[in-house]
Amino acid sequence: MCGPVLSHRQDLLVLLLLSLCSSGGKCEIQKSESTASASESPFHNEIDQPQAFPDEERASLPVFTMDYPRIQVPFEFTLWVLLASFAKIGFHIYQKITIWIPESCLLIAIGLIVGAIMHSVKEEPPAVLTSNVFFLYMLPLIVLENGYFMPTRPFFENVGTVLWYAVVGTLWNSIGIGLSLFAICQFEVFGVQDINLQENLLFASIISAVDPVAVLAVFDDIDVNEQTHIVIFGEGLFNDAVTVVLYSMFSFVADMSAFESSDVFLGVARFFVVGAGGLLFGLVFGFVAAFTTRFTHNARQIEPLFVFMFSYLAYLAAELFAISSVLAIITCAITMKYYVEENVSQRSCTTIRHVIKMLATISETLIFFFLGVVTITTEHEWNWAYILFTLLFALLWRGIGILVLSQIVNPFRTIQFTFKDQFGLAYGGVRGAICFALVFTLPDSINRKNLFVTASIAIIIFTVFIQGISIRPIIEYINIRRTNKDLDTINVEIHNRVMEHIVCGIEDLCGQWSHYYWKDKFKKFNDRFLRRILLRDSRAESSIVSLYKKLELQTAIDLLDTPVGDLSAAPSIVSLYDERKNSSQPQKNFLTEDVRKMHDILSKNMYKIRERTMAYTNKLNQPDNSRAREILIRRHASIRRSLRAASFREMVSLFLKATHAHRPQTASQTVPLHRVLILHLPACSEFVSGELGRHRQHSSSRPIIPLRRLNTVKESTRAVGQSDSSPEEDVLEERHPRGHPVAAPRKLSSEWDQPPAEKEETVAPPPLPVPPGWVADSQNIRDNGAGDPLLGHLSQGSQESGRS
Amino acid sequence: QQQQQQQQRRHYEELAHKSGFSTEQIKNLHKRFRQLSGNKETISRANLDSIPALANNPIKKQIIDAFFDKRNQRQDDEVGSLEEIGLEQFLMVMSHFRPPAHKSGEEERQAARRQKLRFLFNMHDTDGDGIITLVEYRKELLSKSGAIGHQAAKAIADAAMLEVASTNAPHMAPDDFYEGITFEHFQQILKGLEMESRMHIRFLDVDTTTMRCGKATS
Repeated sequence: MCGPVLSHRQDLLVLLLLSLCSSGGKCEIQKSESTASASESPFHNEIDQPQAFPDEERASLPVFTMDYPRIQVPFEFTLWVLLASFAKIGFHIYQKITIWIPESCLLIAIGLIVGAIMHSVKEEPPAVLTSNVFFLYMLPLIVLENGYFMPTRPFFENVGTVLWYAVVGTLWNSIGIGLSLFAICQFEVFGVQDINLQENLLFASIISAVDPVAVLAVFDDIDVNEQTHIVIFGEGLFNDAVTVVLYSMFSFVADMSAFESSDVFLGVARFFVVGAGGLLFGLVFGFVAAFTTRFTHNARQIEPLFVFMFSYLAYLAAELFAISSVLAIITCAITMKYYVEENVSQRSCTTIRHVIKMLATISETLIFFFLGVVTITTEHEWNWAYILFTLLFALLWRGIGILVLSQIVNPFRTIQFTFKDQFGLAYGGVRGAICFALVFTLPDSINRKNLFVTASIAIIIFTVFIQGISIRPIIEYINIRRTNKDLDTINVEIHNRVMEHIVCGIEDLCGQWSHYYWKDKFKKFNDRFLRRILLRDSRAESSIVSLYKKLELQTAIDLLDTPVGDLSAAPSIVSLYDERKNSSQPQKNFLTEDVRKMHDILSKNMYKIRERTMAYTNKLNQPDNSRAREILIRRHASIRRSLRAASFREMVSLFLKATHAHRPQTASQTVPLHRVLILHLPACSEFVSGELGRHRQHSSSRPIIPLRRLNTVKESTRAVGQSDSSPEEDVLEERHPRGHPVAAPRKLSSEWDQPPAEKEETVAPPPLPVPPGWVADSQNIRDNGAGDPLLGHLSQGSQESGRS
Repeated sequence: QQQQQQQQRRHYEELAHKSGFSTEQIKNLHKRFRQLSGNKETISRANLDSIPALANNPIKKQIIDAFFDKRNQRQDDEVGSLEEIGLEQFLMVMSHFRPPAHKSGEEERQAARRQKLRFLFNMHDTDGDGIITLVEYRKELLSKSGAIGHQAAKAIADAAMLEVASTNAPHMAPDDFYEGITFEHFQQILKGLEMESRMHIRFLDVDTTTMRCGKATS
């Protein structure tokens, strides 16, 4: 036990040293730069001087030169990124830290340390960190990620509440904090009398905005219930519109001496312009992006580019007009995502997701890191009273605000916010980097700017550290309603769907309106117009049958994917042995993978009527798609590539653990909880050679395999039991002559009942003609290390088989 | 006229007491009831069948059956189905879908949840014997599956039963068989399902026909 811990510490030390070295290395490099330039000058002088003695030694060809200024900026940038990334790796080595301390705190702490080091060697922070860089390069990436992976269903169900808190809440906070601070400024004893009302309001508008980055970083591992989570997440994102308006309004007014009432009206008008403008820009760019991807099937490599470029364009265009760029990029992402993911290839889809996550993570890491660094290196002005009061008011007004707002909005909600939820909302209002960057853009005409900077930093650090660290134990202590993210059981899934249909049905019966009505309307509109225009292949989604077959294909492939390590001997023998050994104990039933696949089947095919659910996303991981509709398909070629000898064994051993086995006759007896499959070796070798569509082989292999049926439930009568098994056989027979273009999926459709004989062939499928509009996506937080396989998109299966 | 109104009011209050709706809501539901029944006193299956919006619903039949199911009337021990239902029965079934009251205590929440689960259970248990057998489960899945295909639906039903069996009766000997899902088992496996936030409908306090875009209060 001590061993691994010690090695963790050693790793940490190594990383720390590395990071110190890299920053130290920078210092050295800069010093050597000066020596390099010094060494060049004598050389230079020699040439300039007239050659008095031409035979004297002439300058020799420089073998080794150095030109640091040329590469300085990108070099330093890379070093900083690497440094921040090392820090991030470092945290995750020692798992226990991240449970209690959110990553943002750790990053800020490391930033503080590095800043202290730099300060002590009298270095300047990298000049690249300006507000411009933050707003133009770092923030869009983060917001793009938030928008792209936003869980749309909970969001649209709660959209009213989210906007209510975002808009009214931020207004309330700003005005409340501003006015109270102004009141404080009246007291002479605190020494801040020269801050007038406008400046106070300006400052208040900066610090009242909850920051989505920081909030998510804090709420990441805490599973509060869905409503609270989406509200606080959405609030962080959408209060940008209000912040922009308030900031521009107050900074404009701060220059003027008086504050007129017409300014208020203009401010309100501006708010609508900003908000609606942001939405409009986002929609426009989103639709254009979706439309563009309709035509990219011949240029697959650059498909991800469109997503990024259009989102970024939306952001920049909004910045051009000083409307809410955050809103624009979020709307763009939400709009675009649905259509783009149906149009692009599988790999592009994966690439897009991965790149977005990567860029956002880097950006966020850098932001917190620099927050720490710049904290040390800027000029501060500390005023105890002002800062403490700011803190106090920030907390106070947020608490009161949430309370009042919740009381107002609760009657309109079906699931109301309890006091615990409200506390979670209020306490989770963490300020972050946006506030920080905004305060640096304050015009220098404000004479107490440094005080504001200090106060902002103080608030950010306080909220991130204190609230961030303590929120987790507090939430656990007061026992907020948590969400149950684990869909472990098929039954839960089935009944979930049943419930949704029931509710839909009863609503129709009652003639009631609800958000289902709007969803339905939108869906109809979507199907009639939008899909036709924006999707390349816009046939309706209801070709579920072929969809299902692909699902089975996928399931079979995924079963092979999961490495099973405990069986290595010859399959048939081992399985026999296993069975005898375990006949007395019931074994565990399903691989998690099986369950997950069943979930996929259910969620994709059954009960699709009115809802499109998105999996709840964990920030650091790919979305968990156990409930999502996207599927992975592996293409023929990649399967062949992956068929190595080792994996053969794995696959074979997997067959042993597969779900159902078919018992030929004595079906009426029951064998409850055993799962054993006996596979015959020759059948396996057939499979490895991977020929498809060999019916004869298929049918001939069946008798070889003595299969046992797994019946957990006794059929109500013997007659039923037997008649139950025979239709299955009939179905099997009748499926052969069916003229389906693809052999494999057909057999797959009864994967559960008809076991390995078919599984063999399903493993190496041909490129399948895929139903249109069918998206696939990699997913799954797979702990078993299977990773995200390379996926082939089926919708262009035949065209693409040569490519990618 | 006065007397009639008073009588109706008393009737509503009685119904309100039994079902838990407010009198406003009952009035609205009564209007809807009359609409559905064609101004008669009772609704038959044919009335409900003819609702156009329900046509797309894969479990339409089960929903309609649920209304006529005696077990959903909360009078225990009655099994079977009615031919026609009156307003009271209509309301009793609807009351399963009331959203959780804001200030309900833990017990009330549990009771409400139990009721909703019971509703679901009754829907699956078509023969009324208190157990969901594999056949019933399969049948129900098949009716909903449609496009999935019978085999898959069957397989899924099997898997689901397996799951229930393994969680509720893990120590069965190899030769035992698992009869079916009882209500207790049903409750157990659906422990993780958040029913309160899903299975409810906002019953409007005001008339839907006049106020189309109002916020629903319930």
